[in-house]
Amino acid sequence: MQVTITINGEPVTRDIEPRLLLVHFIRETPGLTGTHWGCDTSNCGACVVLMDGQPLKSCTTLAVMCEGHEIRTVESLEVDGRLDPVQQGFHEKHALQCGFCTPGMLMTSRALLDENPDPTDLEIRTAISGAICRCTGYQNIVAAVRWAAEHEASTRQEA
Amino acid sequence: MATVENLPSPGAERPVGFGRLKRKEDARFIRGKGRYLDDITLPGMVHGAMLRSPYAHARILSIDTSAALAHPNVAAVVTAKDLETLGLAWMPTISYDTQAVLAGDKVRFQGQEVAFVIATDEYSARDALQLIEVDYEPLPAIVNARKALDPDAPLIRDDKVGQVDNLASPTWEAGDEEATERVFAEADTVVTRDIIYPRCHPAPLETCGMIADFNPQTGQLDIYNGNQAPHVHRTVYAHVAGLPEHMIRIMCNDIGGGFGNKVPIYPGYVCAIAGSIVAGVPVKWVEDRSENLTSTGFARDYIMHASICAKGGKITGLKVDVIADHGAFDSTAQPTRFPAGFFHICCGSYDLQAAHVKVKAVYTNKAPGGVAYRCSFRITEAVYLVERMVNALAMEMGVDQIDLRMNSFIAPEQFPYETTTGWTYDSGEYAKTMRVAMDIAGYEDLRREQAEKRARGELMGIGVTFFTEGVGAGPRKHMDILGMSMNDGADLRVHPSGKAVVSISAQTQGQGHETTFAQIVAEELGIPPEDVEVRHGDTDRSPYGLGTYGSRSTPVSGAAVAVVSRKVRDRARLIAATMLETRPEDLAWEKGRWFVKGDPEKGALIEEIAVRAYSGEPLPEGMEGGLDAQVIYDPPNLTYPCGAYIAVVDIDPDTAVVKVRRFIAVDDCGVRINPMIVDGQIHGGLAEGIGIALMEVITFDEEGNCLNSSFMDYQIPTALECPTFELGETVTPCPHHPLGAKGVGESPNVGSPPAIVNAVIDALHETHGVDHIDMPCSPARVWAAMQGRPEPPQ
Amino acid sequence: MQTPAPFDYERATSVDGVIAALERLGPDARIIAGGHSLLPMMKLRLANPGHLIDINDLDELAYIRADGDELRIGALTRHVDLLKSELLAEWFPVFRDAEQVIADPVVRNRGTIGGSLCQADAAEDLSAVCAAAKATVVIRGTGGERVVGMGEFHLGPYMTAVGAGEMVTEVRLPMRPGGGSAHEKVERRAGDFAIAAASAAVWIDGGTIADAGIGLSAVAPITVELTRAEELLRGKAPSDELFEQAGRIAAEDCAPTADGRGPADYKRHLAGALTTRALRRATARALHEEA
Repeated sequence: MQVTITINGEPVTRDIEPRLLLVHFIRETPGLTGTHWGCDTSNCGACVVLMDGQPLKSCTTLAVMCEGHEIRTVESLEVDGRLDPVQQGFHEKHALQCGFCTPGMLMTSRALLDENPDPTDLEIRTAISGAICRCTGYQNIVAAVRWAAEHEASTRQEA
Repeated sequence: MATVENLPSPGAERPVGFGRLKRKEDARFIRGKGRYLDDITLPGMVHGAMLRSPYAHARILSIDTSAALAHPNVAAVVTAKDLETLGLAWMPTISYDTQAVLAGDKVRFQGQEVAFVIATDEYSARDALQLIEVDYEPLPAIVNARKALDPDAPLIRDDKVGQVDNLASPTWEAGDEEATERVFAEADTVVTRDIIYPRCHPAPLETCGMIADFNPQTGQLDIYNGNQAPHVHRTVYAHVAGLPEHMIRIMCNDIGGGFGNKVPIYPGYVCAIAGSIVAGVPVKWVEDRSENLTSTGFARDYIMHASICAKGGKITGLKVDVIADHGAFDSTAQPTRFPAGFFHICCGSYDLQAAHVKVKAVYTNKAPGGVAYRCSFRITEAVYLVERMVNALAMEMGVDQIDLRMNSFIAPEQFPYETTTGWTYDSGEYAKTMRVAMDIAGYEDLRREQAEKRARGELMGIGVTFFTEGVGAGPRKHMDILGMSMNDGADLRVHPSGKAVVSISAQTQGQGHETTFAQIVAEELGIPPEDVEVRHGDTDRSPYGLGTYGSRSTPVSGAAVAVVSRKVRDRARLIAATMLETRPEDLAWEKGRWFVKGDPEKGALIEEIAVRAYSGEPLPEGMEGGLDAQVIYDPPNLTYPCGAYIAVVDIDPDTAVVKVRRFIAVDDCGVRINPMIVDGQIHGGLAEGIGIALMEVITFDEEGNCLNSSFMDYQIPTALECPTFELGETVTPCPHHPLGAKGVGESPNVGSPPAIVNAVIDALHETHGVDHIDMPCSPARVWAAMQGRPEPPQ
Repeated sequence: MQTPAPFDYERATSVDGVIAALERLGPDARIIAGGHSLLPMMKLRLANPGHLIDINDLDELAYIRADGDELRIGALTRHVDLLKSELLAEWFPVFRDAEQVIADPVVRNRGTIGGSLCQADAAEDLSAVCAAAKATVVIRGTGGERVVGMGEFHLGPYMTAVGAGEMVTEVRLPMRPGGGSAHEKVERRAGDFAIAAASAAVWIDGGTIADAGIGLSAVAPITVELTRAEELLRGKAPSDELFEQAGRIAAEDCAPTADGRGPADYKRHLAGALTTRALRRATARALHEEA
């Protein structure tokens, strides 16, 4: 069946089987392999994207279910050559090593800060508890999100 | 609570050389522009999927692939019979055993590869798996390694001529049995334990996979593969498939975690290669998570029986007897002469009088493997063993766990120290490292708090570990894998612009090599790290080496890069002498510049020397143009990092849930090239240690069904299970490493599980009489221990 | 990655449309809401429905509101909204307790109360929460609507009273004064199913327990409604001894089986310990004494 899904503001139209998972729909779209997968049971969070601004495990969603909704992937964070503060924070604080969990962590963090601009460490850890990282032990990810929160707060103050 | 966090000033943020430099490789990953195996598509590419055995042990009576072949999107279905015609039905393993690529006569573990489907797309390939009919005759399975050598145990490897039982490799020994018996006879205190290190799994977030792309016209085989040892794999493929090695290229691109899981050669790889060779199109095979957990290289599974003794308040002897469960095929990876890896470093950080170690390996009806998951070739098992035993001994002697260690440590003046099992430790100041950990932890305060809590019925435990490990394999006279010496290469080329490319044998899976190796060149040559490109992960563009595992990148490849940089620097000196019209011995070096000793204003920058090297201007007599060098580095010894770890746990007295409240880790890995990256490695390894100590385990029922085959049941710590780690350091340089550096990547996984288990026992010893518990310390297991009935895993 | 077998898909535009589709397509059709129980099973090929009816557009089924003396929750209400609802937290804090430990925050954005109840997995928390809260479930079919209690709703493992051509539309909770409730759960790791969990609700009137509800997760083939303990509690003044007695009943009346999460005796022990804890907290909340 034919579906049109808005990804990063652009409509993507394809003829697909209903069983095609959203993560595969995204990854088969040119330039959008930043969304990863790492398990079969919705546990690892490598596939997290935003649907209508909320984190979603794209491996546990059918593409057809997303018609009429807005999907945002990691590729949407950088705008006109400017990194999103969460991206910058991850770099500043060494919050990534192999980089495989990073897109899911970035999208989860972005949604967290959109809803809660000043999260505590516990709130950050809770927000990312649906995603696994094997490399970093999470500590620097928490620091990165705090960095982004503080950076956004001071930018807001300056504005 | 102290954390060590350096927020650098802008100047210090861009060191030319060692220091806290943000990573160059981040740029692509934070944008989602990494290039992992499953991100790659090639024109005409087809997809493979693997049919796997539901039984742990069964004869294969028949395989009917006709329905699968009739599927419109299926191109081929490969079975053992097909591979036999290519001589590929069996493949050699790193431990000189053989492993079935596709099962022909029998399946020997649940999840074993039985047939390989090739189809136009992944969904169709998986659909086709459902259409293959295999007729199995189930056989009794052996999943308990202790029972594998029982006389009535079913014979697993009846494919091997002369194999009459399930012994995978005969008993290997280290140390001195007689001397150890004497020491035990004279001891004041002897403690004996059965200590199990259960099977767990490295489970990197990216599963294993490969794209094999054979060009029939040119004979070139291009392989895309997340692979920790690409050069060795290339050699093996050439040997096994009869292909010319120089026509095989392995490209690793970005790897989503390795941790030892991406060291072995898996049947899926061989099937993809065979498929591509036969069909002449690229074949992609990517395993799913349950395949990863049930068929790829697991870790540990050591059943250890040990005794430790003390005399005069000092640890004097250790003896260990090990049954190693290798699974159905022996595919452990370790240097040839060390079939039990480096397990015999279980002599630990102590000035023992004698030690004796025996290890034998058995086959069971489980997935093959054993050496993985940041183990440093079984050092995780060794340190777990000795540090658990030291605490057991301290409990029996009624002394503090740190005091017993302090009394027994190898003293600084004893280095280089030859251990009772044949290691030569390079350097260490153990007591100093231990004291830094005690300070950060506030050890005395913790003991006071524990006593107060105990009086109120609250359970809190403090567990200590001190480990010494040996990493950076290794010297060519002792260490080879499949006959290839464990040396690594480095090629450094400085361009006329003064910018450089360094090609290395090491293979990053997230360790930050693109940054740290540039920093080594920067330190030695003064070329800023942003102007040094680190090339790796492509066998066509990097020198032969044994890859990245066993924390060997810094000790071996790092040393190679330092040495090759110095070679270039020496060459630059000769050129500078000609430029400055002086003798080389009249020149002195400051980072980035040779200058005249008596006249410091007169000098030549490295980039000026580079221009000269390529120009038509005169060069020193007999020297060729260009500014580059090549090195193969043969480490004279392993490096021996050490660390003092302290875990603080709280246990709910009713529910038995264990929480790691604090974790203090003081590592001594010699000189640190990039402290930020070292700290990150430690954070990650500590989280893995929490997983292993509390929740990660691969278990089987009696029929051999794997009970932890997804991330629902193979549980990995989330951010909520990990505390904010408190790190410290001491720096005892390695005397033989060109930079004074030692490896560190595996240390946190080596040191943390025993610290946590020691803490759990410490919490429960006085109140509940617990003096032993096995991992994982799940709530159920801890509760059983509190009731007085510990339940070891099979 | 594992992938589902092929199926047909349609999107529902009304509840009547869903029921008509279920009638038309028969037992090979399944409703999909959040899909975080169904899709994993389909990927593992443990469930292979031929037709999926997507009800996610039925916004009219997503609400939490007071209606007279009942708190009504639409079946499509997501876990995250149950967690955030102040109305629900005020009347039934047991829901917020449970939602903090159900799955993970990302899954909670999609999973629904209707989906959780219809999954009828004894290890899942909301069934016990609803049992303790004395919830009733509204089931609609071609024949109209019927309202059933939790005891009638759960028939067996993965089996509910929802028949062919029927769907759950609403969950109703009695809003009575003097109530307090709590959920206590032990799991192997954040986000996991319970090794055991206990939900308790009490309504206190004039110093005695007027009514009590206790539901246990993961310690029997279906959610346990601890009626024997509820009878014990009714009419009595709350006390620690009483709660411990209730805990003992919980340990006796559950029927846990050994599995990867733990052996039966440990689960039995937890059923008791957590029942006692849940009752203590529920009572403290009812009496506005919670710290």
